[in-house]
Amino acid sequence: MKTILKVSQIEKYYGSRSSLTKALDNLSFEVEKGEFLCLMGASGSGKTTLLNCISTIDKVTSGHIFVGGLDITKLKGNELNKFRREELGFIFQDFNLLDTLTAYENIALGLSIQNIPYKEINERIKVVSKQLNIENILKKYPYQMSGGEKQRVASARAIISSPKLILADEPTGALDSKSSKMLLERFNYLNKELEATILMVTHDAFTASYANRVIFIKDGKIFKEIYKGDCTRKEFFNQIIDVVTLLGGDLNDAL
Amino acid sequence: MMLCKLSIKNIKKSFKDYAIYFFTLILGISIFYVFNALDSQTVMINVSSSTQDIIELMMTILSSVSVFVSFILGFLIIYASRFLMKRRSKEFGIYLTLGMSKRKISLILFFETLFIGILSLGVGLLLGVLISQVMSLVVANMFEANLTKFAFVFSTSACIKTIIYFSIMYLLVMIFNTYSVSKCKLIDLLNGAKTSEKVKLKNPYLCIFIFIISSIILGKAYHMVTAEFLTLQEVIDIIKPIIMGVVATFLIFWSLSGLILRIVQSLKKYYYKGLNSFTLRQFSSKINTTVFGTTIICLMLFVTICLLSACLTIKNSMNANIKELAPVDAMFETNMNMEKYYDKYRAYGYNDSQIKNSHYTAKEMFELFNFNITSYFKEYIEVNTYATEELTMNNTLGSRLDNIRTNFPFLAYDTMETIMKISDYNKVANFYGINEYSLNDDEYIIIADFKSMVNVRNIALENAEVINLFGHTLKPKYNECQAGFLEMSSNHINSGIILVPDNVIDKEYLYQNYLIGNYKTNDKNEIIKIENNINELDKNSKAKEYLLPSGTTKLAIKEATVGLSAMVTFIGLYLGVIFLISSAAILGLKELSESSDNKERFRMLRKIGTDEKMINKALFRQIAIFFVLPLILALIHSIFGIIFAVKILEVFGTDELLPSIITTAVILVFIYGGYFLITYYSSKNIIKERY
Repeated sequence: MKTILKVSQIEKYYGSRSSLTKALDNLSFEVEKGEFLCLMGASGSGKTTLLNCISTIDKVTSGHIFVGGLDITKLKGNELNKFRREELGFIFQDFNLLDTLTAYENIALGLSIQNIPYKEINERIKVVSKQLNIENILKKYPYQMSGGEKQRVASARAIISSPKLILADEPTGALDSKSSKMLLERFNYLNKELEATILMVTHDAFTASYANRVIFIKDGKIFKEIYKGDCTRKEFFNQIIDVVTLLGGDLNDAL
Repeated sequence: MMLCKLSIKNIKKSFKDYAIYFFTLILGISIFYVFNALDSQTVMINVSSSTQDIIELMMTILSSVSVFVSFILGFLIIYASRFLMKRRSKEFGIYLTLGMSKRKISLILFFETLFIGILSLGVGLLLGVLISQVMSLVVANMFEANLTKFAFVFSTSACIKTIIYFSIMYLLVMIFNTYSVSKCKLIDLLNGAKTSEKVKLKNPYLCIFIFIISSIILGKAYHMVTAEFLTLQEVIDIIKPIIMGVVATFLIFWSLSGLILRIVQSLKKYYYKGLNSFTLRQFSSKINTTVFGTTIICLMLFVTICLLSACLTIKNSMNANIKELAPVDAMFETNMNMEKYYDKYRAYGYNDSQIKNSHYTAKEMFELFNFNITSYFKEYIEVNTYATEELTMNNTLGSRLDNIRTNFPFLAYDTMETIMKISDYNKVANFYGINEYSLNDDEYIIIADFKSMVNVRNIALENAEVINLFGHTLKPKYNECQAGFLEMSSNHINSGIILVPDNVIDKEYLYQNYLIGNYKTNDKNEIIKIENNINELDKNSKAKEYLLPSGTTKLAIKEATVGLSAMVTFIGLYLGVIFLISSAAILGLKELSESSDNKERFRMLRKIGTDEKMINKALFRQIAIFFVLPLILALIHSIFGIIFAVKILEVFGTDELLPSIITTAVILVFIYGGYFLITYYSSKNIIKERY
């Protein structure tokens, strides 16, 4: 299998010398193509910082991150933007859809900023909207959609440019359980049928149970890593719960 | 003083974002001071008494304009503070949840307004005093005074006036703020930023329909003020196209806001290119709510452009006119044979003996008052004009009269025409250095330079209307009026003199006698002395019995013109600049307050990997559209507005139109463009991400 993402000994410090906070502490892992990886951890564990570093929204203090062989910690300015729009797809907890644009236009924006001609944009949107089952809401504005619909539109925008890696930050955080389930099943579909590589951050064990592998982070370090393997989602869920119990702290609250 | 501290901190924090607001306040205050301090300029103090009168008039007008200006600035300040309040709703929400009373929040706002007021007044007055010094150069240049030594000018009265006016404005803002705080609800304050606006799309067919209708209305209004100009006789006739224009402007923006998006959306290749879709949506989501504001700004720009170019044209033309229309030092006229029209002159207020003693020429009359013309004048000529009830405008217009009367119902058709011997006129023309004419025995010429009258008279002349005078029948030599004048003045106001062969004239109908001459001296002070002497003659006891010749002099015309042109220029500049900065500031503030809302949107764009360059371009375009849209329509309005103004200002002459339009354009680009750039850079600063 080809390695898509390689995080190698990254560290991230906040604050001054007198009051130093280690948000990420010598953390390393790899993600292979076609994997559905979930990062779990309590709030303050450093999982969002990690995601921000991978998505180049934040910079690491030391260490390297390779995406498809490219060291993204060395990128600057517009190279970062180019990398972000061509290699990554983003799905955020609060959807990050532009309220002035329709669903169709929101999805199209992901491609139009890459200067892709309209004809191709239109064709790709047709395909993606079918995959995510949002064909009938393309003309709607964000305020006319439910949370689940918004998140599926955001997902469509994320995958339409066929990114190497899809980053999802608490994608179900603002959804009800039914919408969550529907969205996660779509993720599974994208992962299995389209071989999309997904890196998801969550503190919800149910959401995590849809992944192939879960990495638990505590105090900026990897606490434990478990694989789904051949077990069912239910069994995997129970395994996750076991680790969560072991982890203690406020992640328990997520149950 | 916890509240005090909080206010100062708030001002410091928002200073950067609202630099444009402070900047406008300071500019407004300094302009207000400068124009109210005009009379204390040193040059203004050392002028002759006749100019002094005009300066007094100018100051009276300027101070009433100031009241109007203070209304505009007051509106701007309240409008701006409403923006600032809205922007800070969340902050107030937090204060309220922390248990701060509304009274205390009002107090914070009170302190803030107080500090901003003191700060802006201080800086504004300082700037105003500095600009005032520069202004003294402009004024000196205008009054052609030599500014031999520089004197620092400071006007206490203007300073106090500025402080009082602006204190009242700030007081109103305080009351307004307190009122809005007392009205607000906590839930709205906290959720204020979150409620995303609904995007309502208008029915495109309705938009097209409204657009067409409003374009037609606008076209009709344009037509009314230009092509149908001559039919505009009463105030209501002028108000009608104005109202039509205002309504059409509003409707055009209303329909455009719906149409532009539709049109561009249908150009799919363009719409889905880069951030075009985003920019357009930004634009249309806002214009829905700002159609009214855009209309106001468009109209203000229109008024500014017309005002500035009209005022500058008047000024330039006036100065050019003096050289041409006041070629010699002095001109006096005296009425002859006044008994002939006893009733008319009585009605004018002349007494019986004055009317009876009207057989003297101007020169003889002056000698009666012991004022010897020859001792003061190195050269002079004397000419006569004649008039008879036999020849009024009814007669000169001849067969075209009815036709003309329907188009111009308000001309005085029964006034007697002024008639001159061709030899007398040529004497004057020679003396003035203007065109002389010759006539055959059966011909006449009409001399006129007042454009509207020239147009009327030409209708008759084209038709070769013959006139009957003292038993002679004369036909026109030319089929149009010829240029020239008898009386010196500051403008082209000669509405018609009929030149006839010398032998036609009947001496019985002598009407007025003119004395035109040049002084022996060229020294300005001595000339002032002579003219003061002549003015003093009026106090002589003989003035009750004999009518002193009236007249005008080059110096008087010059001073009146300079005074008048200074007045017009200053009023134009004052209003124009205030209008311009107010409308530009409103646009800028609106954009800035939205930029902070937009920050979130631009952050999203950055997250999905949009280039900084693309984002800046989108922002630039977005702001440019808002600045340019009202300007475009204002410019179109102005084309017709200026055509209209040119027709009204025909008296002053409008040859100097182009330079004034260029000056106006420079002022517009400088101020409006400046505000645009400031807005753009401040917005860029607001949406900038700081990692």
